[in-house]
Amino acid sequence: MRVATICLALLAALPSLGCSGGKSSGEVELLNVSYDPTRELYRDVNAAFAKQWLAKTGQTIRFNMSHGGSGKQSRAILDGLDADVATLALAYDIDSISRRRPEILPAGWQARLPSNSSPYTSTIVFLVRKGNPKRIRDWGDLARPGVKVITPNPKTSGGARWNFLAAWGHGLRSGGSEAAARDFVTRLYRNVPVLDTGARGSTTTFAERGIGDVLIAWENEAFLAQRELGAGKFEMVTPSLSILAEPPVALLEGNAKRRGTVQLAEAYLRFLYTPEAQELIARHYYRPRDPAVAARHAATFPKVAMLQIDKDFGGWGAAQKKYFDDGGIFDSIYSGNRRR
Amino acid sequence: MTAGSLVLAASPPPRARRRWFGERTALPGFGLTFGFTLAWLCLIVLIPLSAVFIRTAGLGWSEFVAVALSERALSAYKVSFGTAFAAAAVNGIFGLLIAWVLVRHDFPGKRIVSALVDLPFALPTAVAGIALTALYAENGWLGQYLVPLGIHVAFTPLGIVVALVFIGLPFVVRSVEPVLADIGPEIEEAAQSLGAGRLQTVRLVILPAILPAWLTGFAMALARGVGEYGSVIVIAGNMPFRSEIAPLLIVTQLEQYDYAGATAIAAVMLVISFMLLLLINLLQAWARSRSID
Repeated sequence: MRVATICLALLAALPSLGCSGGKSSGEVELLNVSYDPTRELYRDVNAAFAKQWLAKTGQTIRFNMSHGGSGKQSRAILDGLDADVATLALAYDIDSISRRRPEILPAGWQARLPSNSSPYTSTIVFLVRKGNPKRIRDWGDLARPGVKVITPNPKTSGGARWNFLAAWGHGLRSGGSEAAARDFVTRLYRNVPVLDTGARGSTTTFAERGIGDVLIAWENEAFLAQRELGAGKFEMVTPSLSILAEPPVALLEGNAKRRGTVQLAEAYLRFLYTPEAQELIARHYYRPRDPAVAARHAATFPKVAMLQIDKDFGGWGAAQKKYFDDGGIFDSIYSGNRRR
Repeated sequence: MTAGSLVLAASPPPRARRRWFGERTALPGFGLTFGFTLAWLCLIVLIPLSAVFIRTAGLGWSEFVAVALSERALSAYKVSFGTAFAAAAVNGIFGLLIAWVLVRHDFPGKRIVSALVDLPFALPTAVAGIALTALYAENGWLGQYLVPLGIHVAFTPLGIVVALVFIGLPFVVRSVEPVLADIGPEIEEAAQSLGAGRLQTVRLVILPAILPAWLTGFAMALARGVGEYGSVIVIAGNMPFRSEIAPLLIVTQLEQYDYAGATAIAAVMLVISFMLLLLINLLQAWARSRSID
């Protein structure tokens, strides 16, 4: 019968769909699971690395990139996404892979590559409207009545956690006590009219919907927003104190071993630290680690005092628990706000 | 297969006595199709849903209460079910109107209007959310006129209702339409020739006949609204205790790698939804029995 023939043909076609064309010996595949704003960065880095790898080994690399919210990506890997390398927004998200599935990523992963396994860093800055009509200079101004602050929800957005911690750090330094810090962030979040679920959402709310006077953003996002969403419409304000954001990278050994890509993936991650990749990194507005490259781009990245997650907040595990988990300080801001 | 059914159709009619599974019908293949139905429902619906409850069972009772019945979760359920109900009600009224116009009247471009009704199904919901937010934000086409009047749509629960009305539009229209078409104008004419006024015809003849279908549409719109995430998240503003929906709380739990907590909230939503749908089904059965009388 015809229907049966078609069914059989479909069944026969299924497996070949699954592996989408056999690999030729000269071609290797690499899956990099990353977070949202690195799309443009890795497009350039991949091209540069592929060229180098081809010259050295004669193999062509087929890159598969997956971008999404950092936490979501980490869960995908936990649930079995066969990634060779993870390049996420927070050490916390890579840590949870290693904690739950050490067979993929053994503990101590962050010491395996230089600089905390973070080939690039970023920090938190303010984006304000042209002319800075609300005269926003530093953190203190964000808690002023009448100022509308746009920042995503730290419960769903990795980037927003950096924002919160930087604000907390300011409250702690200027007020001198936890109570003062709590009071400061409470006043700040009372000025937040919209809690988007991700950093890009907040950028859209601020830049396209015209809501709010100041956007707390990653430095690279702020540069990008200025360039893509209207030059001259916004100004960047660097606060007196910020936080060192270290988006880490890791080789997922378990997956790479099974896929036979260990060497390639290792070389790929090491490549990120070379001057060539560091230059690309700086051009995409991430702060490079390489001192020579950093010196070349010193005009782009102003010097700013930075808090560090490990030194000032006791690492991501502790910070997550204290500030962002259910019943943590961030939640108490809202249950307190509500009673008012 | 045509030969088989012919033979069966020719066999004597089944006895009236009703037995649940041994019942003989004129249609062949009951055992096979029923078995397939059960297996399919299990695979597609029951197994995933039971996974929700099994994962929830990983929590102790006190943990379950702490996560799923916290003050914040309770207010999120209220927002989710409240806005979904409001949106389903709006769709119930206007969907009925649209169905009526589509069935009873002919006008140029009717096909296009009819196709427009289905469009919300085809559009990725996040796109709908972004479009609606752009429209109703303070600097949007509609927002710039509404906000000065004190009507804030974007980033409030009202915005959620607007998004859900958009998402749920096709349900009532498409479930009422065929029933309305079935009734046909001749029944209305019969009612009128028997002396019923316009209003009486609508109230006593048409509405009872379409009530079960209308309830189906309402229930589907409601259920869709309760589960909607993509569009709502963009327009809601997501302020805790005000415009935070329950599905967002689930995502929040997942963000903390708390699968059990996420499924706990999901389980509560499932139970409420199931009870609502059951209630609507009962209402439907009641309406059907009345309309037959």
